[in-house]
Parts: sequence; structure tokens; C-alpha cells
Amino acid sequence: MTTVQTPRVDAPVEASAFSKIVDRVKRVVSSNPSVLPTVAAIVIFVGMVIYGEVAYGRIVQYNTLSNLFINNAHLIILAVGMTFVILTGGIDLSVGSVIALSSVAGVMLANAGWNPWLVIVLMVLIGTVIGLASGILIQYFNVQPFIATLAMMFLGRGLAALLSTRPERLADDSPILWLGEQFKLIDGEKVNDVVITPGVIIALLVVLIAFFVLHRTRTGRTVYAIGGSESSSALMGLAVPRTKILVYVISGTLSGIAAVVYTSRLGIAQNITGIGWELDAIAATVIGGTLLTGGYGYVLGSVVGALVLGLMNVLITRDGGIPPEMTTIITGGILLVFVLLQRAVTSKRHT
Amino acid sequence: MSTAARSNWLRELIRKPYFWGVVAIFALLALNVLKDPNYLALSVNPVNGNLVGNVVDILRASAPILMIAVGMSLVIATGGIDLSVGSVMAVSGAVAMVFMKDAGQSGSVGVALGAIGLALLVSAVLGAINGVLVAYIGLQPFISTLIMMLAGRGIAKVITEGQNTSATNDPFRWIANGFVIGLPVVFLLAIIIVIIVGLVVRRSALGLMIEAIGINPKASRMAGIKPSGLLLTVYILSAVLAGIAGIMSVGTVMTVDVSRTGYQMELDAILAVVIGGTSLAGGKFSIGGAVVGALLIATLDKTIVFLGISSSATPAFKAIVIVVLCLLQSDRVRSWFGQRRKPPQLKSDPTPVAPKQQKQEVPA
Repeated sequence: MTTVQTPRVDAPVEASAFSKIVDRVKRVVSSNPSVLPTVAAIVIFVGMVIYGEVAYGRIVQYNTLSNLFINNAHLIILAVGMTFVILTGGIDLSVGSVIALSSVAGVMLANAGWNPWLVIVLMVLIGTVIGLASGILIQYFNVQPFIATLAMMFLGRGLAALLSTRPERLADDSPILWLGEQFKLIDGEKVNDVVITPGVIIALLVVLIAFFVLHRTRTGRTVYAIGGSESSSALMGLAVPRTKILVYVISGTLSGIAAVVYTSRLGIAQNITGIGWELDAIAATVIGGTLLTGGYGYVLGSVVGALVLGLMNVLITRDGGIPPEMTTIITGGILLVFVLLQRAVTSKRHT
Repeated sequence: MSTAARSNWLRELIRKPYFWGVVAIFALLALNVLKDPNYLALSVNPVNGNLVGNVVDILRASAPILMIAVGMSLVIATGGIDLSVGSVMAVSGAVAMVFMKDAGQSGSVGVALGAIGLALLVSAVLGAINGVLVAYIGLQPFISTLIMMLAGRGIAKVITEGQNTSATNDPFRWIANGFVIGLPVVFLLAIIIVIIVGLVVRRSALGLMIEAIGINPKASRMAGIKPSGLLLTVYILSAVLAGIAGIMSVGTVMTVDVSRTGYQMELDAILAVVIGGTSLAGGKFSIGGAVVGALLIATLDKTIVFLGISSSATPAFKAIVIVVLCLLQSDRVRSWFGQRRKPPQLKSDPTPVAPKQQKQEVPA
């Protein structure tokens, strides 16, 4: 009797914490299958961390994880902006070239002796203007989002090339570099410190504000509603035209902020900066569980997606056997897998 | 009568969607002539009897653009887009160059044909991947071809191990630099391919079916068209044409530069299609329009270099042209122009008058 009963009692107690989480995840996934990609992203992230720790070591420690945030602060900001756009069912292909234009212009202005704070504001505003332009094209002139933002992508890159085709270096004493300066929060042994830069703080603030806007404000609900059905939300009396332009303005502005963060970390700007970052931003958003067709998604998922991509780069560097040229192929492959996963999940819901 | 017929003919010409493209080509040429009165001069090379001149250069430069523009116009007609053409060009060029380098720098025709065959085969495979993702799995065309656009350049880099690869092979070089009856081979080849594609899609029902898919995929399936197979074919065709363009563009210098070959060519292709008067919304295509668009882009490229503007800035000009053309295609701008034309239309329109007459007739 007792030999049979003891394991029955023991098992739930032992696994309760873990099985509770699994149960909860199972319940959420079965009630709303579109959460599945986000769950998958978190699982993949944890899996990658464990695999990296086992295979290469020195992953789960202060400095690697702080560097993950420092090196991907700009990508997190881009992914947040992209989440807004993709939630409405649109796309923004111009983010990479906005960064190129904004950072080249910013560095040149700063070197020309302009007030650094004014330069930073201008860098952000360049993004805002380009976002506004694509928003107006899309909303008022019925241009498909990817055509309008593709045109902006080439426009930005061309303008950046007009300004300069050489790497522009920020002066060593420029105050803009302060945003990329590293501060120790926890002093570990040797170089194993928790380090943070103002750029990371900006990225975290962006995430928090975006989370608040998307989940706690009327604008956020309108963004989700447009992605669900644009005509229905227009019939409901929601401010569809204004919100649709707003998401592109948000994406453009955040690209400008990402340009500031990135330039302050590197101190160099070039017209070829940010080629292919639109793929990274889209991949981060899609890996994080935002449906490409719009309507479903989470800002925090996109942050996980950006970290997955960042960690993938770390692992590729650590491995050393994979040529760096493979990175875009792998990113593309991961994006493809997640898009297919979304496809499977959405078709299941419809049937 | 004769004046009326002539003005009718003129009006028909102006109504052609690519009329303004032709006008723009002549305007650009005129601009160049203003800078250098001898710009259009053609001379015959006394040694080999080839034509030499700026116009010949433009024709030669237009060949790769012609290829991708024709492919792109078919893809756009189905309501899709192919953003991967530039990367497919790089992959095809990389495959051809690496094949010829590994074949030991021989100048044989067989090696050249092998390189071309392999390059086109790899391009077709990339196109087939795009096509399967779009037609059978139902992904949005721009996302599957965007992945291919960025991964394709990675594939080209893996093939060449990140290096710019060059090779020597005279028959291969002849395709890009040779002359037949005084004209560049590459242009003649491009025109022949365009004519073949044009004949196949316009002399058969294929073109209509492609347009039907673009107008309404569901209705076209109910009308007995199988959209999936046709879509797959169109994406493969676009990639193969991009592969030919890649061979043409690496053949000129016999070197593949994996980060620059075909770079931003998708912009040129889309621009050529839009200039040709094809709506990006799909459902319509014009091979003639795409040819005019490709010629205009080649002229624009040469003009910008001729005028001494940095060639890395050309995308900015092209982007502005695309935006303007998209604006002209949009309903809102059309309605602005439409309002100006409305009064004469109302006058000549008999419908508002007709019901009144009927009403009067009934009591009588």
C-alpha cells in the first residue's frame, strides 16, 4: 500500500513548480494558438543559452549577457518599431537605410561643430520624416507598404551616399559618445561585470513605453484592430488613417533613435551601415510571435526575438567553424521556419 | 479627315502607358547632347567594323535590365513581387565564375556552356524555392523573396568564399563584349529572349492566365486556371532571366563582386515595370513597356555618370521617380486630374439626358 502511494504523493510535489508552468503554458497555447511562436522563441532562447553554455562555456555570466544587450540595443529598438508596423499588417523595409542616412548626417553635423544635443534630435527627426513620408504614401495614395518603404529604403541609402561614401568618424571627445559609454553596475571578478550603457537604458525605456502604448492605450488597441481587419475597424469608428500613419512615424522615429544608439557605440558612420537590418528587425519580430499578416503579437516577444538573433551571432563567433557569410543565410532560414510555423498555426485556427 | 486621323493616331500614342517613358529617354539624350554636341555620334571601328558610341554603350548596359524587367513584369502581373533578382544575379555570376576558375582557365566553348548551364540551373532552383513558398505554401511574395534577397547574397558569398572571383574564358567574355553585324551581342541576345518570351505569353493564353491570377486568384481558379503551377513557372522564369542578367553583367569584366553584382537591381526592375505603365497592384503587364523602362533606366544611369554625379547617389533619384510614378497611379491623384477633365465628359455624356426624355414620353 504505502509503496504504491508514496511515489504518487511525491511526484507532484517534486515537479509542481515546473509542471505548473508547463500546465499554464499548455492552457494558454490551447486557448490561443497564436502564442505558440512566442513560447517557441522563449524555448529556443533558453535552449540556445544552455547549448552555448555546454558547448562553448562562458555564456551564462555577467559580461556575456551585458554585452548581448549592449551590442543589440539598436536591434531591440528596431524590432519594437517593426512590431508596431507589422501588427497593422504592414511592413517597413526602410529601417536599415534610415540608420545609414541618419548616422552619416549626424556624424557629419557633429564634426561640423553643431551642438551635439541638437544633432541627436535631428538624427531622430530624420527617421520621423522618412516614416511620415512612407505613412502618407501608404495611407493617402494607396501605395503598397512594401513598395513605399522600399522606395524610402533606396532614397535613404542614396541620400547617405550623396553625403559621404567614406566612413565618417566621430571626434573622440564628442558628447554623443557618452551614450555608448559603459558603466559598471556590479563589479564581478576580473572582467566579469554587469555593464550597462545609456544606449541600453534607452532601449529598455523604448520597450516599456511601447508595451504601455500597445497594451494600455486606445492607440494600441487601434493598432491591433487594424491588423485584425482594417475595414471593420474603420466601420467601428476607430481612427484608422491617423493610426496607420502613426505606426510608420513610430517605426521611422525608432530607427532614428536606433541610429543614435548605434553611432554612439561605434563612433563611426558609413553609407553602407545597416544593410540587411530590415531582415534582422523583421526576423526578430516574427520570431517573437508577431503574425506577419497583423493583428497578433507582443512587443516583449520581439525583444526575445532580437536577443535570439544576437545570441545566434555570439554562438557563431564562438564556434568559429561557421563562416560569417552564413549569418544572413541562417537568419533567413530561421525567419522562414517561423513564418511557416505561423502559417501552420493560423491555418489550424481557421479550419 | 487626314488631320483628324493624324490627331487620333497622336492621341492613341499619348495614351500608350509607356509614351512618357519614350519622351523621357529623348529628353535625357537631349540633355546629354546639350552638354556634348557629339554625344549621339556613332562611328565604325575601322579594325573590326563594330559600331562605337555612347548609344551603343547604353544598349549594352540595358541588356541585363531588360532581362530582369521582363521577368519582374510577369511576376508583378500575378500580383506578386520578386525582390530577389539582384541576389540571384550575384549567385548566377558567382556559380559561373567559380565553375570556369575550377575548370582551369581554359578557353573552350564547352566550359563556357557548362558554366552558363550550371548558373541557370542554380538560378532556376532559387526561383523554384520562391515559387513553392508563394504558390504552394501561400506566403506573401515579398516576404519569401525578401528572405531570398538577403540569403541569396550570403549564398553567393559562400560559393566564392567571400572573395571577388575572376576567370578567363573567351567564349564567355564574347557574350558580354562581342559584336555581331556591328551591334553588341549582349543586346541582340537580350532582344531575342524578350521577343521569345513576349511571343510565348502573348501568342498563347499564358499571358491572359497570368493576368487573371493577378486580378482575382479565386475567380481564376474557378475559371479553370491552375494558379499554383503557373505561379511557380513565373517565379522560375523570373529567376532564370535574372540568372542570364547575372551572366551578362559578370561577363563584361569577367569578375564577380559578390557584394556589388546585381546590387539594388530589384529597384531597377521595379522601376522599369512602373515606367512601362504596369500597375504594381497586378493584373496587367506590358512587355513593350518593360523594354522602354529598361532602356530609360540604362539611359538614366549613363546620363548621371556623364553629368558627373556620384553613381552611388543614383538610387536616390530612382527612388524619387518610383514615388512620383506610384503617386500618378494612385486613385487620389488621378481624381485630382479627373476633376479638371470632368466638365467636358458630362456634356458629351448622354445618360443624364436620356431618362428625362423617357419620363416625358410616358404621359404623352
